[in-house]
Amino acid sequence: MTFLSLLAASQTQSTFQAIPVLVLLPVFGAIAVALTPNARIGVHKMLATIFTGVTGAISVWLLTAFETNGEFQFISQQTWIKSLGIEWFAGIDGISLFLVVLTGLLFPFVIIAINPKHDHKAYYIWVQLLQTGCMGVFVSLDLFMFFVFFEIVLIPMYFLIGKWGHGNAQYAATKFFLYTMFGSALMLVSIVSLAVLHAQNSDSELTFNLLEIATNPEIATNTSRLIFLGFAIAFAVKVPLFPVHTWLPDAHTEAPTAGSVILAGVMLKLGTYGFIRFGLFLFPEASHFFAPLFLTLGVIGIIYGAIVATMQKDLKRLVAYSSIAHLGFIILGTFALNTQGIQGATVQMINHGLSTGALFMLVGIIYERKHTRQISELSGIQKSAPVLAGVFTLVMLSSIGLPGLNGFVGEFLILLGTFTANRWWAVIAATGVILAALYLLWAYQRVFHGPQNPEDEPTHDLTNWERLTLLPLIVAIVFLGIYPKPMLDRIEPAVDKLVSHIEETIEDGSFTEPVPTTQNRTSFSDLLKETHESHSYDKHGGSHHDNHHDKESDHEDGSHSGDHE
Amino acid sequence: MTNLVWLIPGLPLIGFTLLLLFGRRLGEPQAGWLATSTVSGSFLAAVAVFFSLATKPPEERVYEITLFEWIPSGELSIGLGFLADPLSITMALFVTGVGALIHMYAIGYMHGDPKFSKFFLYLNLFVFAMLMLVLGDNLLITFLGWEGVGACSYFLISFWHEEPANATAGKKAFVTNRVGDWGFMVAMFLLFFNIGSLKYSDIFSSVIEADALTQTTATGIVAMLFIGAAGKSAQFPLYLWLPDAMAGPTPVSALIHAATMVTSGVYLLTRMNPVLAEAAGWSIDMIWIIGLFTALFAATAAIAQNDIKKVLAYSTVSQLGFMFVAVGSGLYVAAIFHMITHAFFKALLFLGAGSVIHGMHHEQDMRKYGALRKVMPITAFTFIVGWLAIAGIPPFSGFWSKDEVLLAAWNENKIAWAMLLIAAIMTAFYMSRLVFMTFFGEKKWGISEHAEIEGNEEQTETATDSEADTEDGDKHEVTPHESPIVMWLPLVILSGLAAVAGLLNLPFSYGTKHLEHWLEPILFGNEVHVTASGETKWILAIVAIVGATTGVLAAAFVYLKKRSLARQIEHSVLEEAWRFDATVSNFMGGPGRKGFEATTLFDQKIIDGAVNGVGKVTQRMSTRMRSLQTGLIRSYALGMFIGAVAVIAYFVSRMGF
Repeated sequence: MTFLSLLAASQTQSTFQAIPVLVLLPVFGAIAVALTPNARIGVHKMLATIFTGVTGAISVWLLTAFETNGEFQFISQQTWIKSLGIEWFAGIDGISLFLVVLTGLLFPFVIIAINPKHDHKAYYIWVQLLQTGCMGVFVSLDLFMFFVFFEIVLIPMYFLIGKWGHGNAQYAATKFFLYTMFGSALMLVSIVSLAVLHAQNSDSELTFNLLEIATNPEIATNTSRLIFLGFAIAFAVKVPLFPVHTWLPDAHTEAPTAGSVILAGVMLKLGTYGFIRFGLFLFPEASHFFAPLFLTLGVIGIIYGAIVATMQKDLKRLVAYSSIAHLGFIILGTFALNTQGIQGATVQMINHGLSTGALFMLVGIIYERKHTRQISELSGIQKSAPVLAGVFTLVMLSSIGLPGLNGFVGEFLILLGTFTANRWWAVIAATGVILAALYLLWAYQRVFHGPQNPEDEPTHDLTNWERLTLLPLIVAIVFLGIYPKPMLDRIEPAVDKLVSHIEETIEDGSFTEPVPTTQNRTSFSDLLKETHESHSYDKHGGSHHDNHHDKESDHEDGSHSGDHE
Repeated sequence: MTNLVWLIPGLPLIGFTLLLLFGRRLGEPQAGWLATSTVSGSFLAAVAVFFSLATKPPEERVYEITLFEWIPSGELSIGLGFLADPLSITMALFVTGVGALIHMYAIGYMHGDPKFSKFFLYLNLFVFAMLMLVLGDNLLITFLGWEGVGACSYFLISFWHEEPANATAGKKAFVTNRVGDWGFMVAMFLLFFNIGSLKYSDIFSSVIEADALTQTTATGIVAMLFIGAAGKSAQFPLYLWLPDAMAGPTPVSALIHAATMVTSGVYLLTRMNPVLAEAAGWSIDMIWIIGLFTALFAATAAIAQNDIKKVLAYSTVSQLGFMFVAVGSGLYVAAIFHMITHAFFKALLFLGAGSVIHGMHHEQDMRKYGALRKVMPITAFTFIVGWLAIAGIPPFSGFWSKDEVLLAAWNENKIAWAMLLIAAIMTAFYMSRLVFMTFFGEKKWGISEHAEIEGNEEQTETATDSEADTEDGDKHEVTPHESPIVMWLPLVILSGLAAVAGLLNLPFSYGTKHLEHWLEPILFGNEVHVTASGETKWILAIVAIVGATTGVLAAAFVYLKKRSLARQIEHSVLEEAWRFDATVSNFMGGPGRKGFEATTLFDQKIIDGAVNGVGKVTQRMSTRMRSLQTGLIRSYALGMFIGAVAVIAYFVSRMGF
């Protein structure tokens, strides 16, 4: 009910409908490009830059206009297909906010930084349509609308890989398309049956309204678990989650640099976002029920992705497998089903987009210079291109999860959240940080360190233009590592709301053990004073080994859990 | 003045930023002086904070400041905050003090290197990270520094990265350290789960006042923290990276791999003493047992090394083992005392070795040295001070701190004491060996290469042993020379410190144990006090002196009189450190790699193969149904859509719409 009143309020207060503009502007951009004569390559790029740029600017404006609370904001709602109860219903909360901003900014960035090799006109059309698709997914609050955008995304990406990709591009594009189509088909079935069952059981009109369905769950437990699985398989393919991940390395490797950056930056989040927004929100019980399965798959993804990444011979493929490991972390945090976990997962989505996007950019830059991505054919680049090496190092360390850079924040919160939910998964998943260091540093060593290949001409260092385009990514990586608070603060209320929504629906109510609060703790200086009194200088007896015997009674049954009272 | 604490790490960070922006323009030697001055500045700030703490009564010697909130999430709130208390300021003082001297030394050592300014960029970043580690007011800031020093260590070990061995050593250090970091992370999770905070003050008050940790939990935390400490402080079996880390320039070995970074494990365990006090006895015993084993193990390896830096590297591992023995016996003061004296004399020894290497045109094989005291008098003199300190000869500093550690072992277990004494004797032996081979005896340099004594001896060194030659490797006319003043001045200062640092904590009376009183407040009464009587202590001290002297004399006999004995002592098993490293490498390169390859093959053939198999089967079927086979994605997609619609239609019809 609160949401309805908020909706009313937002409609009276604000006349500017930001979301439809965000979603539709790139479509207009695509139309504008389509209407320009084929030969005007410069105009195509300029138009695409303007349209996606304005979209980006609006998304940044959202960031400032966003109010830090757990509600959906900037809501826009229109009847679409009345007879079927399908609506245009969109809104943004803390979970989707940063994904919208990332989508808004990454596309103009890609358009400015990377030029296609041929077919400029078609390229700019597809890229802009892709932005519309991604944007639409992140703002949809209507299940059918979500599905439509989720599917729209496939088509531009299919063409981007197939037409502008290298090597076995057609194979990779087809594999990508069919694989995700298979998942989508199951999701469509789930969406329809969910809406129909909801209408039937609550005796109301057919509706695909997410909030409506989520707040009035009236579906038998077993049925909802089945429907959840339909969603989950679609998302798992999209994430991708082990063992349905093999489309990703192929797609990434064969895609053009722009495609890889977008794929890693935004598109892989469609699945993880889907899990949080639709999986957890619509099916709290089923999510809880299946959490062990997904936690396990997440951990497998982390370890397995890292191991396979280590042995890759192609640099781009290596980065692709590292994505599988990172996305395993996101799944882990999501299914920890607590604040730290889900917040960490949300943060990690953004951070992975930044650092892996940047890695793909850099791999693309190396490829342009050396015309190969085979690690064995590269060597000693750092000698002649120190700036390139320096930027690569920074991005690599962010990807490894070095504290002080963005990657750490999400990873740490995810592991912390997972630990409070299911400690052993967290302990095993944490070994992923060792493997991440192994595969990235080893690759770095082979590509950048060592002697320069004598037959090769020295590698050109980053041009000023490349430095300029990489700068925003570097700034974001450092800033979000040192001061992630503004982002975390905006995400948290929405996550808290989701977590309490999950907690309400679960019967036993306590699947995550509460963590003790830190209030009313003695300050360090008071503590010193107190202990100073009890252990004055002349007390020279007590050994800490004696303490053990006093505490023998506290010994508990094998587990490491401390029941803190 | 305590509120200046943020300046201590702040200044090196500013230095880093300036060097990042203008380093190459500043060039040599200005970049080096800039870096030196920022670290000297933070030393002065540390001194200021030290004095303002020292003027307060002991129970008020603590100051906390939070600059801003770093990671807030639910119940978790991590601030970017600093904690100035006796322990952290002690650490900060010697980190910045020794750090500033090593920076200055490096101006001379790195002279002429094409990446001169970059070197100082990394060094300043390292000092910043190290200071975050010791001054952080919560475990996560400490972890930030912990990982930061690891990354800097990686940069600096592989500084001369064109040599593949150097790059490998850097990577090895980072990855091995990460194993330890895993333990650190799990320990943090356990603490947060049970206490709800990672702030030191919250942890201590919960543990001490609310008894928030059960013994089992505390044991788990200590075990995990110890894994972290063992990684950073090179304890068995995670020590593997440290000998290889000598691939870095020598000032790096002195600063990072001897004086500061490698002691952070000891710092961490000392800092967490209230949690250690709650843990089960076996986990604490594990600390001194591993420490003792490491001390002995590394000492045996140090005896047979021919690379001057490798001797010092194994010696560092061994001395760190001593510190862990002290921590595990609950004598934290002894551990910190030995950490400080070790920082002085080991930095001195490394810098002295660097001076020799510099003078010998990047020759590191001690078999090619000899009689260098004549041409490098200052280096030789200062080195001898460092040697006497580490060997445990009174009144030099190492004697006093090592005596405390030996006392700690005696207090814990008499056999442990005996074994540690053997390690101490070996220390005296291998250090004397180094000194005699380098500065005394006959000169082995300046002779034509083919006439060398060990001409037919197998060349056992690997490429790791030699630093990249920046100069022409014209070995026929090696003319050693004394180093410039920027290099020998730090040597002189450090030798002064190494000589007198024992004054910090003389055992004679209550009043001379300055360090113990200074650290007392933050040990919360967890410091174990030795039960042995005054006479026993005297006897033990005399035994230690006799032992050290024996070690020195034995080495003098072998290396100055009867060289033929040396071959028998320097067994190749010892030189390869009991072949442990080789075994691990073989495992990683053999079965480990095979496992990784098998997984990759599994991914290709089984997982992806299944997908492609499904595709192929579909294709074959469609070949039969020729009319449907178009080969176009659109038709497949259409098929899927039709299928999906059919399923929906079925559902809808069953729902009764």
